[in-house]
Amino acid sequence: MRAQFVLHEVWIGLRRNLTMTIALVVVVAISLSLLGTGLLFVKQVNNTRTYWQGKVQLSVYLCTSGSASTQCSRNGPVTASEITSVRQTLQSDPQVSRVSFVSEAQAYRQFRQEFANNPSLIRDTLPSQIPSSFEVKLRNAQADATQVAAVVDGAPGVDQVVQNSSVLDKFYKLLDGARNAVVIIAIILIIAAILLVANTIRLSAFNRRRETSIMRLVGASNFYVQLPFLMEGVLAGLVGWLVATALLIVVKSLLLDGLQQYFPFNVQLNTTDLVEVVILAMIIGLVLCGTTSFLTLRRYLRV
Amino acid sequence: MIHFDNVTKTYQNQSRPALENVTLDVEKGEFVFLVGPSGSGKSTFLRLVLKEERPTEGRIHVAGKDLARLTNWKVPHLRRRIGCVFQDFRLLPSKNVYQNIAFALEVIGKPRRFIRKVVPEVIDLVGLEGKRDRMPDELSGGEQQRVAMARAFVNRPMILLADEPTGNIDPATSIGIMKVLDRINRTGTTVVMATHDAAIVDSMRKRVIELEYGKVVRDQSRGVYGQAY
Repeated sequence: MRAQFVLHEVWIGLRRNLTMTIALVVVVAISLSLLGTGLLFVKQVNNTRTYWQGKVQLSVYLCTSGSASTQCSRNGPVTASEITSVRQTLQSDPQVSRVSFVSEAQAYRQFRQEFANNPSLIRDTLPSQIPSSFEVKLRNAQADATQVAAVVDGAPGVDQVVQNSSVLDKFYKLLDGARNAVVIIAIILIIAAILLVANTIRLSAFNRRRETSIMRLVGASNFYVQLPFLMEGVLAGLVGWLVATALLIVVKSLLLDGLQQYFPFNVQLNTTDLVEVVILAMIIGLVLCGTTSFLTLRRYLRV
Repeated sequence: MIHFDNVTKTYQNQSRPALENVTLDVEKGEFVFLVGPSGSGKSTFLRLVLKEERPTEGRIHVAGKDLARLTNWKVPHLRRRIGCVFQDFRLLPSKNVYQNIAFALEVIGKPRRFIRKVVPEVIDLVGLEGKRDRMPDELSGGEQQRVAMARAFVNRPMILLADEPTGNIDPATSIGIMKVLDRINRTGTTVVMATHDAAIVDSMRKRVIELEYGKVVRDQSRGVYGQAY
């Protein structure tokens, strides 16, 4: 086996149908990066879901001196007895599993932590503007959240009741929809990529039919005859993958990390997630290009 | 070296067999002319020896191997022991003389040191000294055929098959080509040459096998092309 000879043949093959090679690289790059984007979306949604699992599902915000709602301005800030009665109401509800009280001071600390990357917001917010609240965990998922919310909504001292699930549902729907669209386009492009690989290899085999016929004649092994073509496909796939990797890094750092600023919680994808997706994309790309080249070759370069 | 035992080859969609009940032996070191009109089965014979085609019936042994029992992936090894020369030379236009010959060794994975040693030797053998850097289109037909012969012979095959090697070459140059084939034959390589060229066959006085409609109609040592032509 002479590596230099094979590489030289590969180079000749790729150069001879340069336009096809470029088209192949571009299509592989785009299809892999779209597929990768889809996978990143899936991971983002999973990350977000995991973050919210085990978190409260209902937040009952109590009135502060700064609360703007009519109910709060009529009654003034929440009193100790009101706190006790809201707590009792919540605890007596059979659907509630756990109720915990977050005082104004605690809430402010939490607020400072979650918005640590937004110092101007922290500077402009007074501790008194962050309300104390009851964080409520339900016995089972969203279905009865509305019922429980209705029990305390409007009770004295209660400013508003927020169902986290409804906020998240919108976010999930958005991400799921985006993911589906991206994956469908990626699948169409992958089909295009497969056809392009097959066509490129076929053209390449046709371009070099003279060489291959002589190779067969002088007794080059099948492997030796086919390897340059196989490598052509795989190499184009690899270059496409490299471009896709660059695109995925852009998608991750600009799009997904950019989304973070609109959400008050940190569920940013880390580098490991990105590396996983990139490696998966590489495997898919190589298998796709390699298998297609191989199958095409079996049809066009028979002994 | 080549042994045909009652071989019949019928191509698909053809009623008449290209070869019919051919039995013949070519011994090691022989020089054999295969003559006969177009379509008489000469090329089929050569293709069967290379295992590019399978016989419909009968057995073929080449270099001691039963071709029917040779697996597909071992066919390349058979072909390494057989050199081939064609009427149309089949050189690579983008490679020079040296590279064309070296290509045959590169693709079977021979080390570069070996290639550097044997290619100049075989260039000398076919009489192309000093032309190793020429491109095929800078050479005459006769010279191109010498390159093709050098490529066929560079791996020292046991058998050299020549399919009308002088078909595209004028008679004067053909003599030179035949001298090279003779020289190759003298190294112990079995040569089988299919040809139409009566003058060459008559002048060489070697064994002649004549095919007609796929049958052997004459097998004569030290023969001539035949009076009928």
